[in-house]
Amino acid sequence: MSLSDGDMATIWLTLRLATTVTILLLIFATPVGWWLARTKSWFKGPLSAIVALPLVLPPTVLGFYLLLAMGPNGAIGQFTQALGLGTLPFTFWGLVVASMVYSLPFVVQPIQNSIEAIGNRPLEAAATLGAGPIDRFFTVVLPLAKPGFMTATILGFAHTVGEFGIVLMIGGSIPGETRVVSVQIYDHVESLEYVQAHALSGVMIVFSFVVLLLLYTFQRKNKAVGMTYGS
Amino acid sequence: MVAKADKIDISDKPVTSGQGIQARFQLGYGQTATSSFVLDIDITIPGQGITAIFGESGSGKTSLLRCVAGLEKTASGCLNVNGERWQSAAVFVPTHKRSLGYVFQEASLFEHLTAMGNLRYAIKRNNQAANPVLLEQVINVMGVEGILKQFPQQLSGGERQRVAIARALLSEPKLLLMDEPLASLDTARKLEILPYLERLRSSFNIPILYVSHAVDEIVRLADHAVVMQQGKVIGQGGITQLFSRADLPLGVGNELGAILECKVMERDKQWHLMRVAFNGGELWLPNVENNTQRIRVLASDVSLTLTPHTDSSILNVLSGEVEDIINDKDPAMSLIRLKIGESYLLARLTQKSLQKLALTSGKSVWIQIKSAAIVR
Repeated sequence: MSLSDGDMATIWLTLRLATTVTILLLIFATPVGWWLARTKSWFKGPLSAIVALPLVLPPTVLGFYLLLAMGPNGAIGQFTQALGLGTLPFTFWGLVVASMVYSLPFVVQPIQNSIEAIGNRPLEAAATLGAGPIDRFFTVVLPLAKPGFMTATILGFAHTVGEFGIVLMIGGSIPGETRVVSVQIYDHVESLEYVQAHALSGVMIVFSFVVLLLLYTFQRKNKAVGMTYGS
Repeated sequence: MVAKADKIDISDKPVTSGQGIQARFQLGYGQTATSSFVLDIDITIPGQGITAIFGESGSGKTSLLRCVAGLEKTASGCLNVNGERWQSAAVFVPTHKRSLGYVFQEASLFEHLTAMGNLRYAIKRNNQAANPVLLEQVINVMGVEGILKQFPQQLSGGERQRVAIARALLSEPKLLLMDEPLASLDTARKLEILPYLERLRSSFNIPILYVSHAVDEIVRLADHAVVMQQGKVIGQGGITQLFSRADLPLGVGNELGAILECKVMERDKQWHLMRVAFNGGELWLPNVENNTQRIRVLASDVSLTLTPHTDSSILNVLSGEVEDIINDKDPAMSLIRLKIGESYLLARLTQKSLQKLALTSGKSVWIQIKSAAIVR
């Protein structure tokens, strides 16, 4: 079992995509998760539903609408063209945007849950000790919600690595640009290159197992230490 | 979040400069068909000593404390603390900019930090110049030196609460707010913490608002009290004066009792007694070491006679007069407020005895005190 240069390129591209998406999602999902955890607004229900949509929709549906939105006549497409960036479909950054939408719930929900679990009290205690809002976020929320952020990072990364349908819709299969591991395996199978398909699929199985093992070991450890607050 | 400049003051109460805490809050909660609670407070509290906020659960004590801390934002409110304005119609100083310490009912330590880490959290955010002596003093007074390296989860409830109090002290607050700090502890732990609170009172000159529904804590710790019921203040003043009132729910039935502040005049080695004087009379009590005493005389330990009995086992017999008579909740009983010089005592007698002695206000009586508890 050996991996060709083409296969290696798809692995690197996949890792680059997953890393970029995970970092961007953490930045974007933290305020969303924070807001969902603390708000009493009527909009909490609708926003939670929107965030969770990618869990239930077929990737083809998401891909289809994203393709339209990012296309030359779509809202996002018009915006990116106005910025002089051209259109996003069939580019790496188009894939980043699509993957962010697709992996959103896997990052928002763990963050939201862990912030909800902290509750108000530690924040109030910090405020009475003279900590301002930003200080409170970095010195109280982040350390106490660390398990949530770790889970969000692992799930966001792994889910992006594992996506297929939406990549095919938005990215196609351009080598070095949008051809990720899952698409490469599909191409191998299509052209009856079973040996290569086996090699890459094996890598994916090992990767997925290691990631999930990491996740569960981490969650068990934190349960043992007892990250629960205020008991 | 910066407080707006205090340009126009449209609060209708003039700012009384200098010491003391003036607080006025109006706050409506959960006005649904089934439940509604309105906090409506206007109080002035001395700027020193321990002021107890007393009332049964649901009377709005905690809400009042949260308003003072700025954790609860009221639609209309006004708050001055020893000359500093924390809230008015135009100003709302956010909690983290108020120089206060807050001790919650549950210790609420940061679980990701050690006890020392929790203390450092407060020190780092203390705006005053670093005071190396203070940390040592606080650690000593609260007795936490042995547990500084431990995480909150490794500490007992009492230890956690002591660390929480130490943490609050280290931000050098101008006002310390304590929300039933002993309520979540069992009796043994309570007795373990009370001496620390007494040391806190004598070692640090910080005004304290102490929320509690436990009469024994209040008579032991507080100098003043605010009595609350259903979101309103129904009595406030010095602790001796408040506890001599029979119309306030400061203890039910057998728990009701007046407080006397006494000075030791003489110690009798032979009988292990001491003679203490209060404003209006003297008492003999079992000897203890302190020189000033606060004693509590339960209404059920006081009996009345019309002539002085010399053949009684009762040591303390005082002469006084009936101030007024109030019906007890129990139809068999009545409460009598007695004036002895400048001080007051309460007596709980049966309606039958009341009739037999033909007691009316102004009548001179002999007051027999069976026992008195030294509370501090």
